[in-house]
Amino acid sequence: MIRIEHLVKSFGPLEVLKDISTEVGSGEVVAIIGPSGSGKSTLLRCINLLEIPTAGHIFVDGVDITSSKCDILKVRQNVGMVFQHFNLFPHKTVMGNLTYAPMKVRGLSKADASEIALDLLTKVGLSEKADQYPSRLSGGQKQRVAIARALAMQPDVMLFDEPTSALDPEMVKEVLDVMKGLVKTGITMAIVTHEMGFAREVADRVLFLDGGYLVEDAPPDVFFSAPKSDRAQQFLEKVL
Amino acid sequence: MNLDFGQIIPSLPFILNGIVVTLKFTLLSALFGFTLGTLLSLLKISSIKPLRWFAEFYTSIFRGTPLILQLALVYFATPQLIGYKISPIEAGVLTFALNSAAYSSETIRAGIMAVDKGQREASMSLGVPYRPMMLDIILPQAFKNILPALVNESIALLKDSALVSTIGVLDLMRRAQVVAGQTFLYFEPLIIVGVIYYVMVMGLTQAAQVLERRMRRSD
Ligand SMILES: Nc1ncnc2c1ncn2[C@@H]1O[C@H](COP(=O)(O)OP(=O)(O)OP(=O)(O)O)[C@@H](O)[C@H]1O
Ligand SMILES: [Mg+2]
Repeated sequence: MIRIEHLVKSFGPLEVLKDISTEVGSGEVVAIIGPSGSGKSTLLRCINLLEIPTAGHIFVDGVDITSSKCDILKVRQNVGMVFQHFNLFPHKTVMGNLTYAPMKVRGLSKADASEIALDLLTKVGLSEKADQYPSRLSGGQKQRVAIARALAMQPDVMLFDEPTSALDPEMVKEVLDVMKGLVKTGITMAIVTHEMGFAREVADRVLFLDGGYLVEDAPPDVFFSAPKSDRAQQFLEKVL
Repeated sequence: MNLDFGQIIPSLPFILNGIVVTLKFTLLSALFGFTLGTLLSLLKISSIKPLRWFAEFYTSIFRGTPLILQLALVYFATPQLIGYKISPIEAGVLTFALNSAAYSSETIRAGIMAVDKGQREASMSLGVPYRPMMLDIILPQAFKNILPALVNESIALLKDSALVSTIGVLDLMRRAQVVAGQTFLYFEPLIIVGVIYYVMVMGLTQAAQVLERRMRRSD
């Protein structure tokens, strides 16, 4: 589903991702972990071209998205993203947030878009909030709406960048539960997270980044019980 | 001091009709000015350098020269340059719109920059193209932030609109002068239009405050 080959990303002189190669199969869930500044967000943002890779190739569904012939907008329609700070549209209702892109970008009718939206809102447990504005929602509710908004575009891949880091502790679970439900649907997911328990439970593989290098790429039970590198060991000692 | 408002009364309807002219003029100038200002602000934040340079240069020209000079240039030089006999009201609206675009583009640019960059990223991540992203997501939020500043700009336009009397537009100011010329009374017509300007400006200010308070309550 996603194949990354020798990906390099630099910001000016600063090389943030260094020769990263990996693959995420269809329906696979990978957790991306690592210390602050290790390049996790940047890696994720390269997959939907919010950052343009400096070198290397990324294939999504067999299409080389780093090729100049590639339609960036088409790629993004197919790759949903959930942000740490939700980024809901404050001037649109919950319903408006969910129907905007499907109508504008996919060209769905209002009725069709609303039907999909309501179905998704029910799935994330927020159908009664359809007509509210985001400012009236709690953090956990906002993030569930943000997940539903990304899903409304019916993407094949979902990217999550620390979806629970900005939440009060009591709201983390409701968001993780929604994500767990999503895993069962078989959608391909890449999740940057500091929730090690969650990563261990839902991920098929863990990618450990450090200093821009992909240091480890292993199943969670292997990674968490017997990390190969010193850096990963030190990291796990600190966070576990 | 001998004031004689009585002599002015027959001219009162003539003066009052100037309100419509002045308001219409201000409204048109603001409308075109803010539209053009929005386009300029987009050039200013564009990643293409020559577009940025053009917008900055444009702004510096209109901010660096007197408005009354710009007005005279447009009105008197247009027929000479392109052979089009421009009417005073056209020249006025054109000049004021061009000038107001220069000023408002700065305000609008600041308003756009103040919108959380997450809004842009969320739109992009949904595959929304640049135009609808700007029109539907970024600009509505930017304008909400800068509404008070744009109202102030409109008030400035309203007051400055008196300048078009110099090229013969029959606005409030010009009508006061016409009446003065006919009656040889200066103080009375001028004070009447002065009061009218004041009332209009205060009305706009009040309306802006009510609007601002209502918007503050909504978030
Ligand atoms: N737009 C940018 N311009 C310049 N440098 C950047 C930019 N974005 C990220 N960086 C730098 O790239 C490095 C990796 O950043 P990134 O946000 O990918 O790290 P991260 O692993 O997500 O960290 P965190 O856990 O703090 O979110 C950091 O040193 C950061 O300062
Ligand atoms: Mg990050």
